[in-house]
Amino acid sequence: MFKILKKQILTPVTKKMVIEAPLVARKVQPGQFVIVRLHEKGERIPLTVADFDRARGTITLVFQEVGKTTRELGAYEAGQDLADFVGPLGVPAELLEHGRVMCVGGGVGVAPIYPKAKALFERGVEVLSIIGARSTDLIILEDEMRAVSHELHICTDDGSRGFHGFVSQKLEEMLKAGVQMDEVIAVGPLPMMRATVEVTRPYNIKSWVSLNPIMVDGTGMCGACRATVGGETKFCCVHGPMFDGHLVDFREAIRRSQMYLPQEQAANEACRCGGGK
Amino acid sequence: MPERVSRTSMPVQDPHERIKNFNEVALGYAEDMAKREASRCIQCKKPLCVPGCPVNVAIPEFIRLVKDGDFLGGARVIKNTNSLPAVCGRVCPQEEQCEKTCILARRGEPVAIGRLERFCADYERERTEIKPEVASRNGHKVAVVGSGPAGLTCAGDLAKLGYQVTIFEALHAPGGVLIYGIPEFRLPKEVVRQEVEYVRKLGVEIRLDVIAGRTLTIDEFFADGYEAVFLGTGAGLPKFMEIPGENFNGVYSANEWLTRINLMKAYKFPEFDTPIVCGRRVAVVGGGNVAMDAVRCALRLGAEKAYIIYRRGEAEMPARLEELHNAKEEAVDFRLLTNPVKVLGNDKGWVSGIECIRMELGEPDQSGRRRPIEVKDSNFVIEVDTVVMALGTSPNPVISQVTPGLKTHRWGGLVADEETGQTTREGVWAGGDAVTGSATVILAMGAGKKAAVAMDAYIRSKH
Repeated sequence: MFKILKKQILTPVTKKMVIEAPLVARKVQPGQFVIVRLHEKGERIPLTVADFDRARGTITLVFQEVGKTTRELGAYEAGQDLADFVGPLGVPAELLEHGRVMCVGGGVGVAPIYPKAKALFERGVEVLSIIGARSTDLIILEDEMRAVSHELHICTDDGSRGFHGFVSQKLEEMLKAGVQMDEVIAVGPLPMMRATVEVTRPYNIKSWVSLNPIMVDGTGMCGACRATVGGETKFCCVHGPMFDGHLVDFREAIRRSQMYLPQEQAANEACRCGGGK
Repeated sequence: MPERVSRTSMPVQDPHERIKNFNEVALGYAEDMAKREASRCIQCKKPLCVPGCPVNVAIPEFIRLVKDGDFLGGARVIKNTNSLPAVCGRVCPQEEQCEKTCILARRGEPVAIGRLERFCADYERERTEIKPEVASRNGHKVAVVGSGPAGLTCAGDLAKLGYQVTIFEALHAPGGVLIYGIPEFRLPKEVVRQEVEYVRKLGVEIRLDVIAGRTLTIDEFFADGYEAVFLGTGAGLPKFMEIPGENFNGVYSANEWLTRINLMKAYKFPEFDTPIVCGRRVAVVGGGNVAMDAVRCALRLGAEKAYIIYRRGEAEMPARLEELHNAKEEAVDFRLLTNPVKVLGNDKGWVSGIECIRMELGEPDQSGRRRPIEVKDSNFVIEVDTVVMALGTSPNPVISQVTPGLKTHRWGGLVADEETGQTTREGVWAGGDAVTGSATVILAMGAGKKAAVAMDAYIRSKH
């Protein structure tokens, strides 16, 4: 059993939790993820690691309530236990040792961007960041990102704060203005990552994305998480989750992410009355 | 010479009924059936069946006890060499092993050794509280990675020798392929749970949710005082055909299909949270036991039409005879000498069919089976909504990637001595699918057994 030590509500649909998982905390690197199962009847879902504290033996998760399991997890409180918490999984991010890196986070994608920005910042890489959300109240981890960025830009789709538009549009504006960068790391919803890598493609800037597909075991056994990258089938759990965004078949990834939409909706309907059980 | 008695058949659930449930298909012998079948054994002085068994169960001895009505005695004899008899009695390909070499098979039907093994194990489990003798500890620690058949066997044998054994399992439930792969209707999970419990009672500790190589490394095991490590990490990445359309929605690997159903209980969705999408028409590609399991699951999930697509003929199918027979009884449509060339999809990206080409058999290949050759211009389409690829797996790359000194073959399998399981790294042994690629439960158990002997010798030689 893995105890929830702390819970914080970041936005109405985004929660932050600190989980006691000393073995995972000792090993995890930026870019890796964990598999969580809430209880005996639960499904196994991958969640990206938003932060970790090796000394305290804790892992921080930030998740958006999108399906039944994340909604149910959102209703858990500090002191409760998760049945299973497995990791660290996936290949650690290949981070530059020096130079300038643009970190782009969309929506809840700011959470997985954070440990990468932090690691880059700590090793002396110049970090420029763009974070965004639909509106100002949905912006998460602003202070944390500001602390590990040399420059932080905020975007909102509705213009309620900062740049009025998508993070990809802000990035495009900066590139057009001649801002130089050695690499881009973009994490967020699939359409946001696709738009971002389309912006960088003409500039030929290496652009990493982090895929978060449907998984079952998460350890390289089931193949549910396959994605086409550079014309080859890759398993995100053992070959990823980070890939060269210019090589990813996003159309397929988006389609595959919707495979269980009807079941998700049915499960959501079924659990709504119980307030997340 | 005793009078020739025909082989005793085992009661099974009616095919029309059983495709509506996940309950066990084969119901097992009653006591009188077991005694009758046991009486068919002629108790050879030099039994041919025993060397046919990968773990060398003392077959005539246990069968004699069954004949005499000492069923618990029979179970005890089996368990001397086989820690998982209720499993083996159900899933071993006996017709390729002990029953193949049975002397009676020369002039008729062999003794139903597998059914008798199952009977003994079930009898003991259902009627007694199993309390194995726990060996006194010898003060040495051993780590076993993976709780499938190889790991459980290796761990059980080492515990019997007095070692303090810890199994590290990546999933949330122990049993490996027995729990995630083989369906309930062929191997009830309660049986697996109790067999695992038996290994625990031998003194083995099982730690779940630990991924060796990620959560803890092999080096950390040694640093933590474990003197030897056994790797039974099992099957890894599922193989696909590398034909167009395999990433359409509705194409599953057999691993994913079976894991959702067995480990995650997707057949009980929404009571259990993991969903599965089983279309009205399902094609399973492959001819092994996993393919049979997958296609029979499809029927139980409500498929109206379930196909097996296999590029060779029936004689070349690697599946157990009994499973083939069961699948036929359940009205699976076998499309043999047929090979997929393309998965077809609709405008929403979902599977709509599978384009195949007819095959004919040519000269035998390296495996001794006749090589299938494409018949030119014989393409045709089978309309289906779901495709399951049951083509085997390649070993999980994680452990070899992160462990210094551990060599693998080009195809990914761990390099290990065939007799002992010794890997290229001192103090590390391996066995089961991680070494051989997709094989059987009993071969994995045999490998776990051999490794246990070698690990014991290694540790004793150091002290």
